[in-house]
Amino acid sequence: MSLFEVNNISFSYGEHLIFSDISFSIDKGDVLCILGPNGTGKTTLIKCLNGLNEIDSGEILVNGENIQKLSFRQISKHIGYIPQSHVPSFPFRVIDVVMMGRAPYLNLSSTPKEEDEQIALDALKALSIDYLRDKEYTNLSGGERQLVFLARVIAQQPDILILDEPTSHLDFGNQIKLLEIVKNLSDAGLSIIMSSHFPDHGFLSSTKVAIMKDKKFIDIGKPDEVITEDNLSKAYGINVNLIEHDNGRKVCVPLETNLKLNQDLFKKK
Amino acid sequence: MDSQNKEVITFIFLVILPIILFFASFLIGRYPISPVDVVKTILSPIFPQLKISQTISTIVFEIRLPRIIAAFAVGSALAVAGTSFQSIFKNPLVSPDLLGVSNGAGFGAALAIILCSSNFIVQILAFVFGIISVSITYLISRVYKAGGILVLVLSGVAISAFFNALISCIKFVADPQDKLPEIIYWLMGCLASVTIDKLIMIIIPFIIGIVILLVLRWQMNILAMGDEEAQSLGLNPTKIRLLIIAGCTLLTSAAVSISGIIGWIGLIIPHMARMIVGPDNRILIPASLSLGASFLLLVDNISRAVITIEIPIGILTSIIGVPLFLYLLKRGYSEWS
Repeated sequence: MSLFEVNNISFSYGEHLIFSDISFSIDKGDVLCILGPNGTGKTTLIKCLNGLNEIDSGEILVNGENIQKLSFRQISKHIGYIPQSHVPSFPFRVIDVVMMGRAPYLNLSSTPKEEDEQIALDALKALSIDYLRDKEYTNLSGGERQLVFLARVIAQQPDILILDEPTSHLDFGNQIKLLEIVKNLSDAGLSIIMSSHFPDHGFLSSTKVAIMKDKKFIDIGKPDEVITEDNLSKAYGINVNLIEHDNGRKVCVPLETNLKLNQDLFKKK
Repeated sequence: MDSQNKEVITFIFLVILPIILFFASFLIGRYPISPVDVVKTILSPIFPQLKISQTISTIVFEIRLPRIIAAFAVGSALAVAGTSFQSIFKNPLVSPDLLGVSNGAGFGAALAIILCSSNFIVQILAFVFGIISVSITYLISRVYKAGGILVLVLSGVAISAFFNALISCIKFVADPQDKLPEIIYWLMGCLASVTIDKLIMIIIPFIIGIVILLVLRWQMNILAMGDEEAQSLGLNPTKIRLLIIAGCTLLTSAAVSISGIIGWIGLIIPHMARMIVGPDNRILIPASLSLGASFLLLVDNISRAVITIEIPIGILTSIIGVPLFLYLLKRGYSEWS
């Protein structure tokens, strides 16, 4: 039995089918990177995996239990989640935001105890951002805020971590740092499912890569086997060159499509 | 260390302020009573050997005490409900009447005033219609499931407007000699007619409302992060929001049923409290309770001490509250960026 198993799930908004027949499984320490073009439904799929969206058919098993039969609280003890974007609310202190990760373990009538604060503080220390502790989370940079949310999900102590495009608001340098954090977390035993726009990310920290296109996974498997020039051109509709760097790392280079727009349309009238 | 000192001072201020105001308020009014007499009178039920005059006892226990308690109850109820609503709707511009409670209660009161003159019926109908209007708002939002909070707020606006129209209807048909002024006076908000009996009637809804909001105050922080995040942290946002709305509605309906519609408190006190203690509801809710109670009592004292005719307190809360609010706003407010 795998830690997390997805069997033939499908989902639609009303009549509009988003995806069908998606299956995969991951084990302890696995990192699954889901690639795919804009609008294929990666975010919708991710929200199904942690129960935010209810699937139409199929089943999702975490530790052998069907998540449709679990309460939000039970799911939250197994699965942590960081959404793609966050609308800032009130200027809570960073430590208070991280402490929210303890909610699955506290009943409705209680507030965090000293030990919860300690767990939150340890999570900040684990990511070396304990100096942010008393700052307002609304005043942080995009990179710092992403780390704060990571600390919150670490304080949540789940088995599986689901990240929706965790690098999308980060600069060049912070992207690679985040992927290294993902690698460290998986080495520590966490299983991670993340979506990304960048095929390169699949090589950096993943043990498995899936490519989503036309309402299904067109391929899933080891990064080297899935991230191929052929698959990428199928997924993104452009030609791609895979180049091996000196240190053995592969990078994907998208080739120009020679797009020509009608210049007359841009002329001032 | 410095910030810790500041926290202690803030805490002491928020605890002592209402206590000082409570005792000071017995001194204010047309009949002068010395502080010693006030203390003696308040202690007299516990120590019967203290000698006090019957007049002073009547003034303290039957006139001033109910009014002071009413100011405390109404002020704290509106402030705590306002703070809770601002948190769960992620919006600092929200006040407790967002979902239609005030206009619903106003309609209930106006209806009772033209049907009969019983204060008891006015209070009951105000309370009941406050709850009915929010229930209608909530049920409508459940019919249009997809919209979530936005639909809830919009149906609140709609139901509020609907009950406002009904109030206008009643005003239009009410006898302009006696009923119409009574309705208008009620709608302006006033603490002058509060009696012990009226207070006893709101004890239960007041306590239930306050307890719900105090218990769920940490969960309000999480709801303010948005429904999806709240759910991924194991909370059921719909259920908790319903509980919080129920708590706020009990509090606001109870408050409005004894005082009429007193605006502005539910909007500015949460801001003042947030400027003093920050946005964490674990501290913010109790701070709002203390500040709301103190503010309304202070304004009521001003109305009794400064002006000989009884001005409806709903007017004074705005006249005093707006400049105070603008002053605080000028002193810097990171939240309005």
